[in-house]
Amino acid sequence: MKEKTFTKTRNVILTGVGGQGNVMASRTLAHMLVDAGYVVTIGETFGMSQRGGSVMSHLRISHDSVKSPQIPRGGADVIVGLEPLEALRVLTVYGNPQVCVLYNSRPVYPIGVITGELSYPSGKTIRDAFERLSAAFWEIDATSAGLKLGNPVLSNIVMIGALAKTGLLPFDRRRFEKEIKKTLSVDKYNVNMKAFDAGAAMIK
Amino acid sequence: MSKLLSPDRSTVLFLGNEAIARGALEAGIQVATGYPGTPSSEVIESLADVARERNLYVEWSVNEKVALEVAAAASFAGLRSMAVMKQNGVNVASDFLLHLTASGTRGGIVLVSCEDPGALSSVNEGESRYFASMLEMPLLEPADFQEAKDITKWAFELSETIGNVVMLRSVTRMSHASGNVTCGKLPTKRRKAGFEYDGPVMDSKTGPMISTPVVAKHVLRQQKLKDVIVEEVMPFLEENVKVLASGIAGRIGIKTFFGKYDGTLPFAGELNPDVVADALGRILKVKRKFLPADYLKDIQKTAAMIPAREQTFCAGCPHRASFWNIHNAIALDGRKGFVCGDIGCYSMAALSPATGYHTMPTLHSMGSGTGLASGFAKLAQFGLDKPILTVCGDSTFYHAVIPALINAQHNRADITFIVLDNAGTAMTGFQPHPGLSVSALKDVVPAVDIAAICKAIGAKVAVSDPFDLAATGRILTSFLADKGSLKVLILRQACALSPEKKGKKTFDVRVDESLCLGDACGCNRLCTRIFRCPALTWDRNKKKAVVDEVICAGCGVCASICPQQAIVKTEVSGPG
Repeated sequence: MKEKTFTKTRNVILTGVGGQGNVMASRTLAHMLVDAGYVVTIGETFGMSQRGGSVMSHLRISHDSVKSPQIPRGGADVIVGLEPLEALRVLTVYGNPQVCVLYNSRPVYPIGVITGELSYPSGKTIRDAFERLSAAFWEIDATSAGLKLGNPVLSNIVMIGALAKTGLLPFDRRRFEKEIKKTLSVDKYNVNMKAFDAGAAMIK
Repeated sequence: MSKLLSPDRSTVLFLGNEAIARGALEAGIQVATGYPGTPSSEVIESLADVARERNLYVEWSVNEKVALEVAAAASFAGLRSMAVMKQNGVNVASDFLLHLTASGTRGGIVLVSCEDPGALSSVNEGESRYFASMLEMPLLEPADFQEAKDITKWAFELSETIGNVVMLRSVTRMSHASGNVTCGKLPTKRRKAGFEYDGPVMDSKTGPMISTPVVAKHVLRQQKLKDVIVEEVMPFLEENVKVLASGIAGRIGIKTFFGKYDGTLPFAGELNPDVVADALGRILKVKRKFLPADYLKDIQKTAAMIPAREQTFCAGCPHRASFWNIHNAIALDGRKGFVCGDIGCYSMAALSPATGYHTMPTLHSMGSGTGLASGFAKLAQFGLDKPILTVCGDSTFYHAVIPALINAQHNRADITFIVLDNAGTAMTGFQPHPGLSVSALKDVVPAVDIAAICKAIGAKVAVSDPFDLAATGRILTSFLADKGSLKVLILRQACALSPEKKGKKTFDVRVDESLCLGDACGCNRLCTRIFRCPALTWDRNKKKAVVDEVICAGCGVCASICPQQAIVKTEVSGPG
């Protein structure tokens, strides 16, 4: 895959459930894009809001200026969901007919669903909604890929690998390699590269 | 090399809080203090990371007042220093702050308050800007990441120019947002600390650092304050601009103001791009271009089928087990006792979705649970005769509970006080506190023992593991029955997200399908309906409980609650 360049601001939302590595994924992505010369703003909330709740990071990638850390309603270009329901939740607020969505198929059930008070929509209901409400979408089983590599939390890196392959954002494998070399030890580096490649291989 | 020490003119992605920390480094800060609180914690964390390399002194103070006192000592000794806190921390520090603005300061000193409009990670939308106006303290508010770095650096210069403390206010969408920052030079020279106090009383450089003579010092301060720069929750800027405009109305004429008072903007919550754009649309009478009507209709219909995701205790969280114990002991006691709550992840016990057994009807500021319990316990003579319990976390204990606990003992308030000791300031990201043998600088320090303090106060003290439901239950039951004394139960179990525990399972936990009776069991789904662990779910097809191995933290507590013993735990062998 070839690294592309963009001139229009790209609004990206990474979403999931607290503990899935959302913050780490958004920062890795942002560091790669700053390194590639873009002006990036990340808006996120963490602290108690993470505990079992929905989490989301807004990334605004511009070639020239600092943007507000919050994307307005209906303003997302790309949604990356570490969990299917959260991807759909974000779409209903920030989606528009041009939005592209990449999401992990593995559900994490909200407490209300576990207690039986609420119900979780079926995989098909979720897919049908993305079919109607997005310009393009990819559903991958990133958690299973992470589990195969020894740790389900690697699903966030599997998603980054898949995102690179979709070509929705201006970064490639080389850029990812350079970024994680800066921050990770050798053994972690290897398994992260494997997770990235596993994700990229899932996008046809 | 830490990102915070990036070279001059390099452009890096900084968290707003890192930009503030970098600005302080460029200003030549030597002492930084704080008490953890979202969204402020990363300022001190990132400075602690570079403290050795930059020869700084950085500490997690016991509370915000002490943090400001430690930073002020550095200022009095001529060094540049900073005290960092969240909005309500300024309330804690305010008693000292009033006196500090009156005595004046020497080395540049900046009070950083990171606030939380919309209460994204708080239980309040507190505003500390009024402290700035009340105490005649300059207030700086950065508008983007570059400015956060630059304005912080300038704040120290301003502080030295006026000989007083300067307040820097950030908000969650600045502190926890990230953006590009171009770095400036890091100074190479360090100041030497020296405190002079033998000079004339009115000499701000050599005299004593005191607030008297009060009126003369106040006049001196006002003379030095020429410009005050000031704006999300209260109409601070709006009011000040209106006052300014009325003063020059003769020249500029009478103007119409759109803002919070005329209802154009809301008084509560954050001013996000949508709120501002909608308000501008109303003023300018233009409609925002929006989504096609059929798309909008479809997303509204889709949104209606998405179940809410409420906050809850994490899988493996010791608080779930602790509140299970507390709830059962209160039920067994039968007198309808209740728990006065406090600030921490355990505040979620005040919300019904977090557990099926919420027992916490009060929730205020740090330490106020014990103060309230101390008060409730004295109301028996007026008919409120039931067991009073209160909880706090380990870090909160040191921060503000000790005075309230002494108050309870001194006034013979019969309370059961439970310390939910999860071995760190967990909610804000595991910053060390005085109970641990490590400081912000990673030095080995003496651990201050909670049990010893409680014993010294004269309380009956017991320690237990909340995961041991039987043993903890017995202690709580005996404490509730024990009238007329102060009882302290310390429940020790590290947070499931703590660095030493994260990703490591003590037990492999699974449901033995042959033993789980599902809906036929008389338990009425005690495990999933009441216990509410995110890893313990209900298989709607098999109609039995099932453990999600991806989420399960392996604490094994659920094995103790199943009446059928259908939840089976096996110890994970070897390291990891």
